Amino acid sequence: MSMTISINGADTPLPDDPRVSLLDLLRDRLHLTGTKKGCNQGACGACTVLVDGERILSCLALAVQYGGRAVTSIEGLAPEGDLHPLQQAFIDHDGFQCGYCTPGQICSAVGMAAELRRGVPSHVTADLAASAIAASHDEIRERMSGNLCRCGAYNGIVAAVAEHVAEAP
Amino acid sequence: MTPFTYARAQDAADAVRLGAQAQAAFLGGGTNLVDLMRETVARPATLVDVSGLAQAIEERPDGSLLIGAAAKNTAVAEHRAVRERFPLLARAIVAGASAQIRNMATVGGNVLQRTRCTYFYDEDGARCNKRVPGQGCDAVDGFNRMHAVLGASAACVATHPSDMCVALAALGAIVHVQGAGGPRTVALTDLHRLPEDRPDLDTVLAPGELITAVELPPLPFATRSAYRKVRDRSSYAFALVSVAAAVDVADGVVRDVRIALGGVAHKPWRAWTAEGLLRGGPATPDAFRAAAAAELAAAKPLRDNAFKIALAGRTLVAVLENLTGGQP
Repeated sequence: MSMTISINGADTPLPDDPRVSLLDLLRDRLHLTGTKKGCNQGACGACTVLVDGERILSCLALAVQYGGRAVTSIEGLAPEGDLHPLQQAFIDHDGFQCGYCTPGQICSAVGMAAELRRGVPSHVTADLAASAIAASHDEIRERMSGNLCRCGAYNGIVAAVAEHVAEAP
Repeated sequence: MTPFTYARAQDAADAVRLGAQAQAAFLGGGTNLVDLMRETVARPATLVDVSGLAQAIEERPDGSLLIGAAAKNTAVAEHRAVRERFPLLARAIVAGASAQIRNMATVGGNVLQRTRCTYFYDEDGARCNKRVPGQGCDAVDGFNRMHAVLGASAACVATHPSDMCVALAALGAIVHVQGAGGPRTVALTDLHRLPEDRPDLDTVLAPGELITAVELPPLPFATRSAYRKVRDRSSYAFALVSVAAAVDVADGVVRDVRIALGGVAHKPWRAWTAEGLLRGGPATPDAFRAAAAAELAAAKPLRDNAFKIALAGRTLVAVLENLTGGQP
């Protein structure tokens, strides 16, 4: 078993206590507090991070289970001082108010864009056999439904994500 | 969370060996078990991580599919053969949970996920026979809008929460299991139990038995199939009721049909009665309504969930009408 986990490109020792969630490893031990703890029970999406490019919920992930894997949190999306295009899109489209759900929303949208590109169907995809799925308003809303925003900034979030998936290669 | 030791299984035999320890539990994606452990509803002494075991989805020459138990829910839903030949399964999976959870959750873990009955989770405030056998059930006379209308008992009115399993029940899936006594197979419809007086036992699996794969037998008419889920919000919510169905119709006659209901019972509910009535009969709305009524004749409402009986019947009729070319 690999005893390290890659966090934003840096190899990090796994915690000795297997109870430590990936979320608590990020926040409490590595002081990467961009990833947020909302419900801590898999209902809100605020803790969403990317593991090998796939979006997951870090609150339901035991850190030891991810030894040898590569985790990207909101801090690792762009080099220090730069913004990821989605971060800029959230600013441009007022995709937040309080900002608490925003890191999870952005990591989720990065993962979602990759899923869309490889043709993963969603609940609202009309044609399961289609190899290309258009990033419609309904598709984005459905695919982002695991990320709650209690300020209700959804219109801005959908606009920001729509702009990003339209421009992404 | 109660302290535990963590071990990563190298293969199925290793997992079975590790799983034979007292109070061991298998860990898939963790989306249910980690939550239950945090609530101290589950307190395993050892977690045996089986998420790195068989993940392949194998297309076999006879038209069947063999899905490794560690395959992620997303991987199944996006697989070309599943989308083309078993679309109700892809539909059921993407109707459940969120994309993040589907990326974590395994097929084996989805099959073995536990009820979302709030009284089951409420260790400090509620009695639950599933959590503590013999303690009593606060759901029977409590807030039971989400609870079972079919096959429940005085001891437990919980529902099985999986969408995927409803499709698997309709498809006649076969669960491959490995234990200390060797491998065996169990029909998915026989895997989950009705609560009776032992609601603490969700399935017929023996302690330490591991699900290694789920097999979908060939079912050519499953290309005409659907999964319809009715819920309180349009996404990311558990089913009030759901229907998985596949129909083979020729010249207005139902040659064959598969139906399962979700959200109504302690297990995914294969609608054997409705299927038997429909098979060989006319594919008409009247026949669909009669079959639905017969299937639900034994349904018993609780204080808050009588609506489920009518809703399940109407949803079943609507799904069959859509599949046979009627108006939605």
